[in-house]
Amino acid sequence: MSDSLELIQISSDENTLSLPPELCHKMYEKMVTIRRYEEAVLEVYTQGLMRGLAHLYIGQEASAVGICSALNDDDYLTSTHRGHGHLIAKGGKVDRMMAEMMGKVDGYNRGKGGTMHIADMSLGILGANGIVAGGMGMATGAGLSAKMRGTQQVAVCFFGDGAMNQGAFLETANIASIWDLPVLFVCENNHYGEYTSAKAITAVKEHLAERAAGFDMPAMVVDGNDTVAVYETAKKMVDRARSGEGPCFIENKTYRYHGHHVGDGDPEKTYRTQEETDMWKAKDPIPRFSRRMLKAGMASEEELKKIDEQIKQQVQDAVEFAKQSPYPAADEVTDHVYV
Amino acid sequence: MSMSSREITYGEAVREAIAEEMRLDDSVFFMGEDVAVAGGVFKVTVGLLDEFGPGRVLDTPISEAGIMGTGVGAALTGMRPIVEIMFGDFIPIAMDQIVNQAAKMCYMTGGQAKVPLTIRTTIGAGRSSAAQHSQSLHAWLAHIPGIKVAIPSTPADLKGLLKTAIRDDNPTVIYEDKMMYSLKGDVPEGDDFTIPFGVADIKRVGTDVSLVATSSMVHTALNAAKILEKEGISVEVVDPRSLSPLDKDTIIQSVIKTSRAVVIDEAYQSYGITGELASIIHDEAFDYLDAPVKRIGAMDVPVPFSPGLEPSTIPDEEKIVKTVQSLFRDV
Repeated sequence: MSDSLELIQISSDENTLSLPPELCHKMYEKMVTIRRYEEAVLEVYTQGLMRGLAHLYIGQEASAVGICSALNDDDYLTSTHRGHGHLIAKGGKVDRMMAEMMGKVDGYNRGKGGTMHIADMSLGILGANGIVAGGMGMATGAGLSAKMRGTQQVAVCFFGDGAMNQGAFLETANIASIWDLPVLFVCENNHYGEYTSAKAITAVKEHLAERAAGFDMPAMVVDGNDTVAVYETAKKMVDRARSGEGPCFIENKTYRYHGHHVGDGDPEKTYRTQEETDMWKAKDPIPRFSRRMLKAGMASEEELKKIDEQIKQQVQDAVEFAKQSPYPAADEVTDHVYV
Repeated sequence: MSMSSREITYGEAVREAIAEEMRLDDSVFFMGEDVAVAGGVFKVTVGLLDEFGPGRVLDTPISEAGIMGTGVGAALTGMRPIVEIMFGDFIPIAMDQIVNQAAKMCYMTGGQAKVPLTIRTTIGAGRSSAAQHSQSLHAWLAHIPGIKVAIPSTPADLKGLLKTAIRDDNPTVIYEDKMMYSLKGDVPEGDDFTIPFGVADIKRVGTDVSLVATSSMVHTALNAAKILEKEGISVEVVDPRSLSPLDKDTIIQSVIKTSRAVVIDEAYQSYGITGELASIIHDEAFDYLDAPVKRIGAMDVPVPFSPGLEPSTIPDEEKIVKTVQSLFRDV
């Protein structure tokens, strides 16, 4: 880990599972919650109950859950337009998220932010962000703030492959590195920036993490659909950041099953192939993880099924809660422009 | 006023304001390009590093977007950063962080987040610094809801408004005219001296015409007022001091009293502060006006380098005098 110029590639042994059972149950529940939540979003959006842009996280669950399971409640994160998974993984409540996404007053942001801006300051969630690379400065600043206050908190900055070509990445990675800030730059490489292949528009030999090595920080390439590998990497890097050793870069290689956002057509008919999607679906993070739990005797099929049912109900309740919640009162439109 | 005062410069007012607020509140820190070891390109922050150390006075990389974003993040998480952007012309490099992030956080989060970030930057031509180091782009941020903008014209106003900005829980911007750092003026003693945003100041009392002027143009207007006084025209000079929030009432009351108004600002005239102020005066004091409201801004050209060209692009006393005279021609 000490040699930042050496790119470290990480995956875990699928035949074992040595993490604490309680942690594994929690991670499984979070991943299933994200999957069911996003399926519900797709449904209500298609029914016309949700407006705006909904960017689904389905397929990438191991990244959010693996990283966030290594965090404390008071650690910070910044998220992206594809942020629902990060919020749930950090402890966000699905009913208030769903209400926000329907523009209702019981939403996290009283309906003023919507899908791309959900925040819960009490959980250190500094917000999803509608600008690609828009959260990088915030995460770096949160790291600086934690260091100045001497709190041992860390900040996780989630972003996609598309953000690698924004100037903000260069500027904030440099700042975080020169000041040894406790920031984890987590690149979720789902291989497409909107509708364009990352390969076609990003000058790297093979991995996006190659760039981070140039900022004098550890750079890792992780099987982003391997929940255990993501968690173990995050844990090491979080401990390292807490001890004052500075930032790191983690590239979680993963894939989104749906398009860029709900309603923008079939990706397999335009910019990617069915073979590629099928190949990634065969590496789906949820069954991969549940197989390991079963094999390790941490849970039975029946137990997992029961958990699945409970989560399904919880998400249904969230949709109902959001439907019942009213829109904000008209006079709220001028509230919160200033503190 | 029992407060005693003493004369300091506009630049010293900056240093005093930052130092006092940093002494009062441990969460206040200061960062920017060349601000610590070098004491800033205009030397107004000399001594802060010595007093507060490198943990609270930080030299940053030349990365305006990165610095600003870092300031936003620190402000969101319990600190009160003061970020210096050396020239206001570099604000556009940090625009996403100011406009899309800092200005929106409180509103978009339904009031959960606050961003107590203070941005200090410069405006003003006159140094032959050419088109990328001379602009007055304050209207750009005054246009954005969620940010407070002040544009002080004197050492006292600068000190009082900067201290208020640092204590404010909203993102604030202080535009300092780089030509005024050596300007002297009386400033009240004591670290409890502040000036609220949204309170204009009558810099000269008069009865015949109101000159609503900002920043360095306040002094140009005061000089023009002396010339006009000799012609028997009594000029009132109103300094809004902050653009957002704006003290409309003081401006309108002045115009109601004098029945004539000229608005003067050093930014490009088109689509700028002068248009906004003239429109407000027309809307709210039309029935009291004896002449149309006139606007004087910088010429709509990139600020030229040559000493032979630059002065002609900036409003001066002569232009103000002629404009005021034109308002009385038909009376």
